[in-house]
Amino acid sequence: MNYFPRVLGAVVLVSAVALASRAKGEDGEHETKSLARAHAASPLEAKWQQECNGCHIAYAPALLPPKSWRLVMAGLGKHFGVDASLTAAESAQITDFLVRNGSSRWSGAAAPLRITETRGFLKEHRGDELPADAFTRPAVKSAANCQACHPGAAKGDFNEDRIRIPD
Amino acid sequence: MKRVLVALICSVPMPLLCATPSILDGYRAAAREENAAFKDFSAARGENLYREKRGDVACASCHGASPAEHGKHTATGKDILPMAPAANPERFTDAAKVEKWFRRNCNDVLKRPCTAQEKGDFITYLSTVR
Repeated sequence: MNYFPRVLGAVVLVSAVALASRAKGEDGEHETKSLARAHAASPLEAKWQQECNGCHIAYAPALLPPKSWRLVMAGLGKHFGVDASLTAAESAQITDFLVRNGSSRWSGAAAPLRITETRGFLKEHRGDELPADAFTRPAVKSAANCQACHPGAAKGDFNEDRIRIPD
Repeated sequence: MKRVLVALICSVPMPLLCATPSILDGYRAAAREENAAFKDFSAARGENLYREKRGDVACASCHGASPAEHGKHTATGKDILPMAPAANPERFTDAAKVEKWFRRNCNDVLKRPCTAQEKGDFITYLSTVR
């Protein structure tokens, strides 16, 4: 009679742990699926798309943690060697969007500026899984050119089943 | 007469095309302030600005040898729409966008802001390209 609440408590605890470990996304497939955006574009999202897409695809916010996005946005005057400066108002708007939609599954203090230096990227692009010249093929050019192999990259779709590495 | 013609052309059908004179007029006024000896913009100077390499980069490096055709970003490979209004009527119709890209690209290519004369020369040249 008296142990019922304890059993209930244990069940709740086990479920919570299971949910938490799933949410942590240790399994790569779960992590990449969650990058895809299913909602309709807000004005803020449209602004982010428009500005980032001026030079490259608008990389999905969930590819980096909020701390990284703040650093990226604070350094747009010299963005990977190029002046990508915005007005203060535009910068504040887009920073807000990126920070709110940034990865929430980040552990540790690291805040890389390059998506290609994140653990998630490195894990999915190991040498034994890719042709050695995958990133230097003319149609790919660099690892920053996600959509060369991930046709849905601009929509945040990095699903393994839809990868097409060009010759 | 010319003004009447411009007013007619700009009245309804193609409002996009009509922003160009006012953007250019703005740079003309600024160029006069920068330099009392300024006469008018020059397509030849503009073409030189477009093509001349500074260090290892020119405007044409990304925008292409022909401004009437698509360019390609040298770092990211992204497609860039043609610069010549004849090929891309949206060019030079949004003053804020024009200023944003002059600010960025002059800084990258010339390592300094462009003068109003340079901006006007550049647009004047591109407007002659068919």
